[in-house]
Amino acid sequence: MAYSKDFLLNLYKTIVRIRNFELMAEKLFLEGELPGFIHLYIGEESIATGVIANLRKDDFITSTHRGHGHMIAKGADINRMMAELFGRTTGYCKGKGGSMHIADFSIGVLGANGVVGGGLPIAVGAGLGIKMKKGSQVVVSFFGDGASNTGAFHESLNFASVYKLPVIFVVENNKFASTVRTKDTTSVENISDRAVGYGILGITIDGNDVITVYETAKEIIKRAREGGGPSLLEVKTYRIKGHFVGDPELYRNKKEVEEFWLNEPIKKFEKRLMEAKMLNETEKNKIWEDSEKEIKEAVKFAKESPIPKEEDALTDLFVNDSGYDY
Amino acid sequence: MREITFAQALGEAIFEEMEKDPTIFTYGEDVAKQGGIFGAYKSLLGKFPERIFDTPISEEVIYGSALGAALVGMRPIAEFHFADFLFTGIQSITLQIEKIRYMTGGQGKLHLLLRGPDGISNSAAAQHSESIETIFMHIPGIKVIIPSTPYDIKGLVKTALREDDPVICFEHKMLYKTKGPVPEKEYLIPFGVADIKKEGNDVTVVTMSRMVHESLKAAEELEHKGIGVEVIDLRTLVPWDKKTVIESVKKTNHLVVAHETWKRAGWGAEIASVVQEEAFDYLDAPIIRVGGKNVPMPFNSLLQDFVTPNYKDIIKAAKKVLR
Repeated sequence: MAYSKDFLLNLYKTIVRIRNFELMAEKLFLEGELPGFIHLYIGEESIATGVIANLRKDDFITSTHRGHGHMIAKGADINRMMAELFGRTTGYCKGKGGSMHIADFSIGVLGANGVVGGGLPIAVGAGLGIKMKKGSQVVVSFFGDGASNTGAFHESLNFASVYKLPVIFVVENNKFASTVRTKDTTSVENISDRAVGYGILGITIDGNDVITVYETAKEIIKRAREGGGPSLLEVKTYRIKGHFVGDPELYRNKKEVEEFWLNEPIKKFEKRLMEAKMLNETEKNKIWEDSEKEIKEAVKFAKESPIPKEEDALTDLFVNDSGYDY
Repeated sequence: MREITFAQALGEAIFEEMEKDPTIFTYGEDVAKQGGIFGAYKSLLGKFPERIFDTPISEEVIYGSALGAALVGMRPIAEFHFADFLFTGIQSITLQIEKIRYMTGGQGKLHLLLRGPDGISNSAAAQHSESIETIFMHIPGIKVIIPSTPYDIKGLVKTALREDDPVICFEHKMLYKTKGPVPEKEYLIPFGVADIKKEGNDVTVVTMSRMVHESLKAAEELEHKGIGVEVIDLRTLVPWDKKTVIESVKKTNHLVVAHETWKRAGWGAEIASVVQEEAFDYLDAPIIRVGGKNVPMPFNSLLQDFVTPNYKDIIKAAKKVLR
C-alpha cells in the first residue's frame, strides 16, 4: 500500500470510532436508555470512511436514516451526536431531531434523512447551487439500495446528468431494504447498471474494503470537481445488524449473518495493515481503548446535558416567526 | 398611476430582485423559452439566461433541489407547473422543506420560494384546477402567500425574496391577465397584514385570491340593497392577520368566509373556528363558509361553474348570516 502510516491509521481510527459509536448506541437502546429508532451502520463503516476521506471540509453530503457513520466520517462532534440520541439540548438538533435527523450544516452535512430517497433531491439542489455560484465543492449523496427503487433516485440522476452537476451518488447496497431482500425487489443485480440510463458513469465495488472505496471515490470525486459531472458508485456490503435495533429479523437466518461477520471491514482492514506492518497489536489496542474512552465520555456528556424545556418546542421553525400562530 | 397585469407585476418583482441579488435564480417546467404556461414569466423572456432555465418534468427534484440550493447559500425560485402537480413532488415540500430547519434544531436558512398557478380556468378539469393552499396552512413549516392583485403580487413576492424562510405563492390562473395600478416606486408588503378592500358595517367577508373579486362584486350588489359589506383580503394565509379579522367582526358582528377551494375542511373552517373561539360574544349569527362543492373539478363548463363558488353564493351567504 503506497500510503503513509498516518493516512492509513486515520482511516482505521475513523472506522473504529464509527463502530464503537454504533455498539454503544445499540447497547444504550437495548438497555432502554434511548428513545425512538436506531439504525446501525455496523459492517458498512468502510464506505463512509473511504468516500469522505476524499472530501474537503466545505464539501457537502446528504445522508440517510442509517447516518451516524457519515456524520462521524465528515468530522462531527461525537458528544453532540450522542446528546442528540438522548434528545438533549446540547445535541446537534437540540433534541428535536434524534438519530434520523442529525445534521451539521457547518461541516457540510445537509442532514440524515428519515425518508428513503429523501436526500437525493437535496443533494442535486446543493450541486445546482454550487454550479450557479461557480464553486469548486462537490456533493456526495449517500443512500441505500432501497432508495434506488424510488422515483427520487431516477429523477435525481437524470437531473444531475442533464446539468452536469458535481454530485456523486453513492448507493450502499447492503442487501436489504428494510426487511426485504434487495434481489427480490430490484430489477438489476448491480444497481450501478442504472447509471447508463442516465448517461453517467456507474461503478460497482466491494464496500468492505476501505482502500478500494477510497481509491474509486477519489477518481469520481476528482472528475465531479473538475466539471465532469455526476457518477453512480455502488458499494456492496452486508447489513450485519437488523434494519433497526430490536428488529426480530424473521427474514433471514443467523448462519447467514455469521458468515458475513468473517468478511466485515474492520478485520479485513486490520489484517491488511498488519501484513503491511502499518499496525501492531499495541497500536491497535490503544486505538480501540482511546475510541471506547471517547464514546464513554460522550455518553457522560449526553447524560449530564440539560433536557429541553417544553417551550423549546415552539422555536426553530422559522427564522422570522412574527405573526405566526403556534 | 400606471396599470400593469398581474403577470407583469410578478415579472417585475422577480426582475428587480434578481438585479439586486445574484443568488436568486428561477427554474421550472416551461419557464425559460415559453415564459410559463400562463405567461407568468413572459416579461422575463431573454433576461438572465443563466439564471432562468427549463427543467425536466421531475417535480420531486424541482422542489427538493430548491431546498438543497438554499442550504448552500442560493435563493431559488422553483415554479410548480400547476398547483395540482405539487402532489407529484409533495414529499420534498411536506417532509423536507417544511421540516428540515425545525428537526435540525434551527440550522440553516431556507430562503426559497415555490410559486405557480392554481385554481380553475376554462374546463381544465380535475387534475389542473385545484386550489390546495389549505394543506400548507395545515402542515407547519412554510409561509403561504396568495395575492389577488398586481399590486399585491409585486409587493409580496419582493418580500418573499428577502425572507429567510420558505414561502409558497399561489397565483390564480384567471388573475394573470388582470390589470391594476402598480407604482413605479419600490414597495414591499409585509406578511400577515390583511388588506381591507372595502369597508362596511353589516357583514365581514374574509377571502383571498380570485374570490376577492367575487366578494367585491357581491359587496357592490349588496350595497344597493343597503347592506354594508366589509371585504378583507388576507393576502397571506401563513401567517394570517387574525387581528384585522377579529376587529372587523367586532364591528359587523357577522362573518362569511369565502374561498374557491373545497368547503369541507378548507381554510375557511380554520378562520371560522378561531373567530368563534376568540370573538364568540361579538357574533350575532353562526359564521357561514362559502367554498367549492366536495367533488373533483368536472370538465363541462356548466358543471365546473356549478361546483365553483361565485359572487352569487357570497350574496346568498351574506343575506343568510344577516337574517
